[in-house]
Amino acid sequence: MAHSGLSFESDMQELIIQDLHVSIADQEIIRGLSLSVPRGEVHAIMGPNGSGKSTLAKVLAGHPDYIVTAGSVTMDGENILELEPDERARRGLFLAFQYPSEIPGVTIANFLRAAVQSRMPEGEELEATDYYAQLYKKMDLLEMDRSFTSRSVNEGFSGGEKKRNEILQMALLEPKYAVLDETDSGLDIDALKVVSKGVNSLRGPDLGVLLITHYQRLLNYIVPDRVHVMVRGRIEMSGGKDLALQLEEKGYDWVKDDIDEPTLA
Amino acid sequence: MVQENKSLEIERNIGDFAYPETHTHDAGIGLTEKTIHYISDVKQDPDWVREFRLKAYRTFLSKPMPTHWASRDLEAIVFDNIRYYLSGGIQPKRTWEEVPDDVKRTFERLGIPEQERKFLAGVEAQFDSEAVYSNIKKAVGEQGVIFVGSADGLKEHPEIFRKWFGKVIPTGDNKFSALNSAVFSGGSFIYVPPGVKVKHPLQAYFRINAENFGQFERTLIICDEGSELTYMEGCTAPKFNTATLHSAVVELVAMKGAKIQYITVQNWSNNVFNLVTKRGLAHEEAEVKWIDCNIGSRLTMKYPGVVMKGRKARGEVISIALAGDGQHQDTGAKMVHAADETTSNIISKSISIGTGRATYRGLVHVPKHLKNCKNNTECDALLINSHSRTDTYPAITVRGTGNAVQHEASVSQVSAEQIFYMQQRGLSKAQAMSLSVNGFVNDLVRQFPMEYSVELKRLIELEMEGSVG
Ligand SMILES: Nc1ncnc2c1ncn2[C@@H]1O[C@H](COP(=O)(O)OP(=O)(O)O)[C@@H](O)[C@H]1O
Ligand SMILES: [Mg+2]
Repeated sequence: MAHSGLSFESDMQELIIQDLHVSIADQEIIRGLSLSVPRGEVHAIMGPNGSGKSTLAKVLAGHPDYIVTAGSVTMDGENILELEPDERARRGLFLAFQYPSEIPGVTIANFLRAAVQSRMPEGEELEATDYYAQLYKKMDLLEMDRSFTSRSVNEGFSGGEKKRNEILQMALLEPKYAVLDETDSGLDIDALKVVSKGVNSLRGPDLGVLLITHYQRLLNYIVPDRVHVMVRGRIEMSGGKDLALQLEEKGYDWVKDDIDEPTLA
Repeated sequence: MVQENKSLEIERNIGDFAYPETHTHDAGIGLTEKTIHYISDVKQDPDWVREFRLKAYRTFLSKPMPTHWASRDLEAIVFDNIRYYLSGGIQPKRTWEEVPDDVKRTFERLGIPEQERKFLAGVEAQFDSEAVYSNIKKAVGEQGVIFVGSADGLKEHPEIFRKWFGKVIPTGDNKFSALNSAVFSGGSFIYVPPGVKVKHPLQAYFRINAENFGQFERTLIICDEGSELTYMEGCTAPKFNTATLHSAVVELVAMKGAKIQYITVQNWSNNVFNLVTKRGLAHEEAEVKWIDCNIGSRLTMKYPGVVMKGRKARGEVISIALAGDGQHQDTGAKMVHAADETTSNIISKSISIGTGRATYRGLVHVPKHLKNCKNNTECDALLINSHSRTDTYPAITVRGTGNAVQHEASVSQVSAEQIFYMQQRGLSKAQAMSLSVNGFVNDLVRQFPMEYSVELKRLIELEMEGSVG
């Protein structure tokens, strides 16, 4: 266990997952996963389809369908598994969804305003002018048209627009930890560059990022500090950014073969 | 067992009125010819009105309950237990301390002004709106607009009143319009002279009194040629102070080229049967538009209608219904095309929460001999949690050539994924719910006047908080 020495220090600015087991419909999807992301770092999780990456992302965010059967998740020393999804969010956890939901009739402007307002102390009203100034600044960063704000959240959006909208929300809400689930999928190369630029501009000592992808391509633009390979609900290999290139070259089978052998034997 | 029942009884009565024991100033309980005479005596009705009431009473008795198509829950109404008239001298009494806390909180959250709260909660019998609205009243008075209570209207302006009273909605239209015709009191009478465009919306508030909040309001509005009027009734505050049966009748008459917009927002308490008949008559190139928002009640049955009698007349019904736990909103619209080139539009959105139930009934009638008539109907239902139920019963009879009807219906759910997505952004479950619901009705809420739309949004928030628990 790589983190056993660190996890008990409550002043650690780190997202720590220890020996996590998660089931849905009596099927175990996450099977003893451990990982930690300190603030200031970007960690990539790569893995084949169906290995449980999105499950991990949703469990971190508190999705009610998944059952945590064992293990712990702490954020800056606080156990978050008992918290409601919105409490986790307000404490600084952000998830950019692989498949963001549509909310008919609710404009981006109103939705984000409610999200920002939810982070303010009770009784304090968000100042409209400040809010729009902030929002427009972030939109400019992501090269988004102002008219975007009056569209209903994700309704009728192209794949690329949805992903850009996720990053816009991340930029505005300034999380401590962000989990980006396949933010690169469905993006053409220009959109990928814009989104990467957005994420990179948010990088800094106060933000930890967990970047989920199954293509190496994204990692050319958002260069990770660490790369983890996830197969069938576990981290099976970890390394520096070069691990992604190795994976690209050899494929996931290389990792699978590597781990299948001992279990077969 | 006995104890359980007892506590249930007490629960039910929280917030109920305490009526004075003596019945010398009201019509007592139950309905007979004597009751009608009593009401006519107290109100000093002209003879024709007394006759009208008595005839209506007989019609009421002869009409069956519409349970062959409507909810059987109607059978729970016991006509013999109802108090049909309270004269002005006697008012129900309750102190502010006796008003339940949740009602006070709702007033607070809705931002209802202090003096109105007391009236709405039934602590005060009068809400003195004179000071607030006298300017507007004066202004419309100078334009020749008549705006009085229906009792004054029938006495002071019989030549206009009698011509249209009971003509748009005949007494025998249904059992409840007959009941209203027998025992009506309260409601407004408005006449707008030719060409006058009333700038400010007129509100029932302007001349509110206890009768106005009565059970059997009767409103008649006549807009003469080329005139325009917006009328608003109700408010988003819970009307929890009242009796269990409400049966209003509202008749609108738009003469050639006139425009009437009638806006209702009602928020009934859970024990109320709200059975309302509303219809407008649109003459040539006239327009009648109903904007209707129904929240609460045990059972609401309401199908605002427009009879398009003149060429190029237009009718529109925009409605929002919210059925919370244990409530049934049975609403819809009736569009009767009776001239060429008439157009009608119905947009209905319902929200069902928990065991709440929303039913849409629409009638669109275009007879064979008419040409170039159009109807558009959209009805959308939003379900919140699996118990919710929604039914749609469109009855569309369109004959003849060149007439076009378009009907769209949808049922959607506030999905768990949607709520999770919003929660992930920091919104509580209740906030997420209310934002979804507000989004669903957003395009309709925008058609309400500003102060209503703001209140409506807040009201939906409150309902959602309650439903998430
Ligand atoms: N809601 C669910 N119900 C049943 N099975 C699920 C559900 N969500 C995910 N799974 C299963 O869990 C496994 C991992 O899925 P997922 O986390 O989406 O993988 P990835 O994101 O790595 O492609 C898959 O076998 C998938 O079928
Ligand atoms: Mg996935």
